Amino acid sequence: MTASNSNSKRILEIIDLHVKVEDKEILKGVNLTINAGEVHAIMGRNGSGKSTLSYTVMGHPRYKVTGGQMLYKGQEISEMSPDERCKLGISLAFQYPVAISGVSVSNFLRKITNSKRGKEIPVKEFRQELKAAMAKLGVKDEFLSRYVNDGFSGGEKKRLEILQLSLLKPSLAVLDETDSGLDIDALKTVSEGVNALASDETAILLITHYQRMLDYVQPDFVHVFQDGKIVTSGGKELALELESRGYDWVTGEPASEPAKV
Amino acid sequence: MSKVDESTESKTPSRDELALEGIGTDYKYGFRDEEDYVFKSGRGLTKEIVTKISQMKKEPQWMLDFRLKAFDIFMKKPMPTWGNCDLLNDIDFQNIFYYIKPSIKGEKNWEDVPDNIKNTFDRLGIPEAERKFLAGVTAQYESEVVYHSIREDLEQQGVIFLDMDSGLREHEEIVRKHFATVIPAADNKFAALNSAVWSGGSFIWVPEGVKVEIPLQAYFRINAENMGQFERTLIIAEPGSFVHYIEGCTAPVYSSDSLHSAVVELIAKPGAHIRYTTIQNWSRNVYNLVTKRAVAHANAKVEWVDGNLGSKLTMKYPAIYLMGEKAHGEVLSIAFAGEDQHQDAGAKIIHGAPDTTSMIVSKSISKNGGRTSYRGLIKVYPDAKNVKSSVKCDALLLDEKSRSDTYPTMEVDEKEVSIEHEATVSKVGEEQLFYLMSRGLSQDEATAMIVNGFFEPFTKELPLEYAVELNRLIQLEMEGSVG
Repeated sequence: MTASNSNSKRILEIIDLHVKVEDKEILKGVNLTINAGEVHAIMGRNGSGKSTLSYTVMGHPRYKVTGGQMLYKGQEISEMSPDERCKLGISLAFQYPVAISGVSVSNFLRKITNSKRGKEIPVKEFRQELKAAMAKLGVKDEFLSRYVNDGFSGGEKKRLEILQLSLLKPSLAVLDETDSGLDIDALKTVSEGVNALASDETAILLITHYQRMLDYVQPDFVHVFQDGKIVTSGGKELALELESRGYDWVTGEPASEPAKV
Repeated sequence: MSKVDESTESKTPSRDELALEGIGTDYKYGFRDEEDYVFKSGRGLTKEIVTKISQMKKEPQWMLDFRLKAFDIFMKKPMPTWGNCDLLNDIDFQNIFYYIKPSIKGEKNWEDVPDNIKNTFDRLGIPEAERKFLAGVTAQYESEVVYHSIREDLEQQGVIFLDMDSGLREHEEIVRKHFATVIPAADNKFAALNSAVWSGGSFIWVPEGVKVEIPLQAYFRINAENMGQFERTLIIAEPGSFVHYIEGCTAPVYSSDSLHSAVVELIAKPGAHIRYTTIQNWSRNVYNLVTKRAVAHANAKVEWVDGNLGSKLTMKYPAIYLMGEKAHGEVLSIAFAGEDQHQDAGAKIIHGAPDTTSMIVSKSISKNGGRTSYRGLIKVYPDAKNVKSSVKCDALLLDEKSRSDTYPTMEVDEKEVSIEHEATVSKVGEEQLFYLMSRGLSQDEATAMIVNGFFEPFTKELPLEYAVELNRLIQLEMEGSVG
């Protein structure tokens, strides 16, 4: 699938990517190109390797790239640490965010925002920005004094993930199953938060198991993941088809060539 | 506690960047002054030195007798046969200077303190801290207190805050009535040593019903090599009173060892409340062997808030004897052990009366092969009914070569009690690090954040200035610690 807009800027280009976790090959030749202004959705069964792709893009130390290329704005990032990638403009909203006991949300958000922007933002200025971002996501003030993800409900964790991304302002936002564990109201609010990350300059890679989030976050491209690679790609209508027909019809078909980029 | 080094003040530092040069590899307080002393005892300890100390201080006969008796006990008592015996047996008692008197003492005006000593405490941030948030300060340099002040309003309310020597001179009856009643000379070898050669420390007496709302602080500085510092602190809170006392400690870095062996006695009379906060940040050539014990009478409350970052070997188990009904005791401690450090710390709570309650929270972190131990005792005497006690020990290991041990002891001779004990050992997790690093924090920053969070239950009990400082120190400890 070729991006039609000739003015578009490459954000992420993945070429024949192979990834191992503890000697087991999980990604087996992924090809994917994402340009600025695009929203891509990756769908697939559990265990198909979707989440591995998100961890690999962010640089989890246990996911070893054994072949292929991973270019962010033309720069190979496979050898970079997660913090370097974040500073370049990549962010990941985690499927299972971890708790950091004893660290308040407000302190944490200020630290990561300062770190990403490479300067100390005046407290007042930061507060204003934070309040605005919180209001959009329906996050209450009392949230700020709690410890990061400590005792959070599923919905609270996802809101905090999107809140972080809205402060980090990534050029490439990778969302790993952000819709899981959300009730319909929360899904709406969180989706609005995701939409707010989109612009002509940024790209979104949304990894999901279900179609339902795509009602709110409209993808330009949908890719189906199967056994560690993309087996078919299409427009947003593909998601609807998957929803009604399941994954079998895709995988049942002769998995011809990996989707072209 | 401290301030920024001049060299780093020129740029506008972020809180995290505030570079007190690393205290592990590059201890910030490690500078030393030229020695300028009126009297420096020879190395080693003899009866003559004990007598000389007492004479120089013009003490009453009973105190000299007490010292000499304690000296005999010290000489007779064997070294402890538990704890880190290898390190303990390395102490060369004959190589230590037991009494060093700086060339001036007990100034009430900061300007009158000699320049070299003034500069030292300036660099440590003492006068600034006093201006900002303290009700009174004493600064002890080697064996003697060199500066002392207390806010006038407290003095008018009858609060006594003096160095221990002045306390003995000016309030002999109060001292004689309480001194060594909580920790007798024979308690242990190091208490005996302190009893024989004690010098300096704080004497605090708070009259009935008086609440000292802002903290009183003492700062202890060792300057000379192979110095032994033996301060003696006695705090008496009369019924219904409150006082918060904070102490901080630093020393220069030397290749050979110094010894700090304090005795601290707290007496909380009925309904009184004493909080005692320590931030111990000795350099890594200091043996820190301290006996701290409190008595809490009926309805009284005693809290030890005890932070151990520095020293070579620390052995310290703040104790609370709950001797009256409904007395409450808390020990909240953290320990941080880096390379070649052993923090052997803990707590002792003795429930000697019904309806007494206690809580121990101990948090320790080991890295670069450092070692932490929690050693605790909960004792409940017969007929001390309805005792409630909870003990929580958490250890965090930053690498494979570090070590943490827990030695909890429970002696419960009463059935109607509720005692909880919980201990955890964990490692800084890969998933936590990845999560934080994916947000742009370096590995060191991420580790420091996890560690600061781990210590948070302790830090939040500190006055703000101390909490900020502690977080900074931890940040520094983390630099280059992982990876």
